[in-house]
Amino acid sequence: MAEMTSPMPSPRETVETARFWQAAREGTLLYGSCRVCGNCHYYPRLACPFCLSDAVDWLPSRGMGEIYSYSIVRRATPPYVTAWVRLQEGITLFTNIVDCDAGALAIGTNVKLVFALSTDGHAIPVFTPIGPSFTLGSHAGST
Amino acid sequence: MPHYSHSYVVGIFEHPLRLAPDKSVAQLHAEVARGALADAGLAKSDIDGYFCAGDAPGIGPLSMVEYLGLNVQHVDSTDIGGSSPIRQVAAAARAIAAGKCNVALITTAGRPRAESAAPGALTENPDFPESGFELPYRPLLAASYAMCARRHMYDFGTTSEQLAWVKVAMSHHAQHNPNALLRNVVTTQDVLNSPLIADPLHKLDCCITTDGGGAIIVARKEISAELQRPRVRLRGAGEHIKYQRGSDVDLTSTAGVLSGQRAYAESGLSPADIKYLSTYDSFTITVLLAIEDLGFCAKGEGGRFVADGKLISGIGRLPVNTDGGGLCNNHPALRGGMTKVIEAVRQLRGEAHPAVQVKNCDLAIAHGTGGMLDRRHGCATIILERE
Repeated sequence: MAEMTSPMPSPRETVETARFWQAAREGTLLYGSCRVCGNCHYYPRLACPFCLSDAVDWLPSRGMGEIYSYSIVRRATPPYVTAWVRLQEGITLFTNIVDCDAGALAIGTNVKLVFALSTDGHAIPVFTPIGPSFTLGSHAGST
Repeated sequence: MPHYSHSYVVGIFEHPLRLAPDKSVAQLHAEVARGALADAGLAKSDIDGYFCAGDAPGIGPLSMVEYLGLNVQHVDSTDIGGSSPIRQVAAAARAIAAGKCNVALITTAGRPRAESAAPGALTENPDFPESGFELPYRPLLAASYAMCARRHMYDFGTTSEQLAWVKVAMSHHAQHNPNALLRNVVTTQDVLNSPLIADPLHKLDCCITTDGGGAIIVARKEISAELQRPRVRLRGAGEHIKYQRGSDVDLTSTAGVLSGQRAYAESGLSPADIKYLSTYDSFTITVLLAIEDLGFCAKGEGGRFVADGKLISGIGRLPVNTDGGGLCNNHPALRGGMTKVIEAVRQLRGEAHPAVQVKNCDLAIAHGTGGMLDRRHGCATIILERE
């Protein structure tokens, strides 16, 4: 488990999301994939947010991606990092970056999935940097 | 097409207080209603439609209708965040056109400053369907907007100094507003020297938190014709809700693209026709994105558009938020939509402060962006015209 310097609030499980949290306890991040329209989505739900089909699979992510955007919340003590991370599967999700030198982060930083414990012991999917930055897509600007 | 010609904005009122420890939220709603009625020259008994949003205490409109003692035949408490009152001006006009009511009262009020509510506290409900996937990460409202700013900087080369110019312009306007919470003129360096709240947004990139509120009265044309106030009518309106679905994430444009297009389409007008813009300024980035999305410049050019005083009335090409906006004047109940409509109506009436009054101001936009910009938010756009 990754270290967060202050405790993470716990999610409230529902009958719909219990399976997601069970998978997280087992070290897997699930995302939604629709068998009817073929679109993937996050956060995962049992009604496709593209076509409203209930033929939705929850698939495991390989957990590799890059930072799409981020912010260091400096108002908090200690500061922490919220981010949007784009996974190699094409899913972009809201998360935290942990175990990092926040000042060295950039859009495009390569990250991998780890799990952090919430206050009541839920495994929360978060990300941590792995090595030098790379860029998945083409961008007008640069870091 | 909606028959907007049936109705006019006839009354506005902005509560003068910015800190109200000795007043209840319901009492503040009553005070702004009283003020708007006086401005219009109407009586409480004239009101037969009531519009409010989540800042009104009670279930939907029920408690406030009782508290105010209204006799209404139409109510609407649709809440799309802080832009709700902007949407409700159009909803009121549609209700009047449909014959559902004749005089509609819209109120916003709250006392988050007296209650020391943290900005963004509205978002923390663990039973929302997305909450399990967000609350563990301790989302902060400023960080939500900061991540959009960061991505805009990355994609388009926007700078913190350009964002700071938004605050500088609001401060130039606020110095003339005796009720503004912050009346000191600031420089871009002041903004950049203020503490970082959530990178890249500084303290002075964030709106203020204030108590108080405001109210608007929209009335049927025949009623407005009997009143002694300048007449302001609705030309077009649009609304849109934007969200992310994981595979189509986009942090650099807002629901304002479509709410704006719909308002222009209904009115037959274009950005070039607009003399004044009231736009939601929860954060400096909110203004920059709205200016792009409403078509005042191309996507990515907002940084250059807002820089060097171009939003300052009398100096810049597009005067914005001449009351000082939510960044300097007032952001009551953590919701900025109400004051956007009020200042737009003042401009159209020629009742803005002389130092910031826009010459020949015949067409204005009031635009709102409420919610969490990076995840889900609602935009509402109305185009108002002086008759």
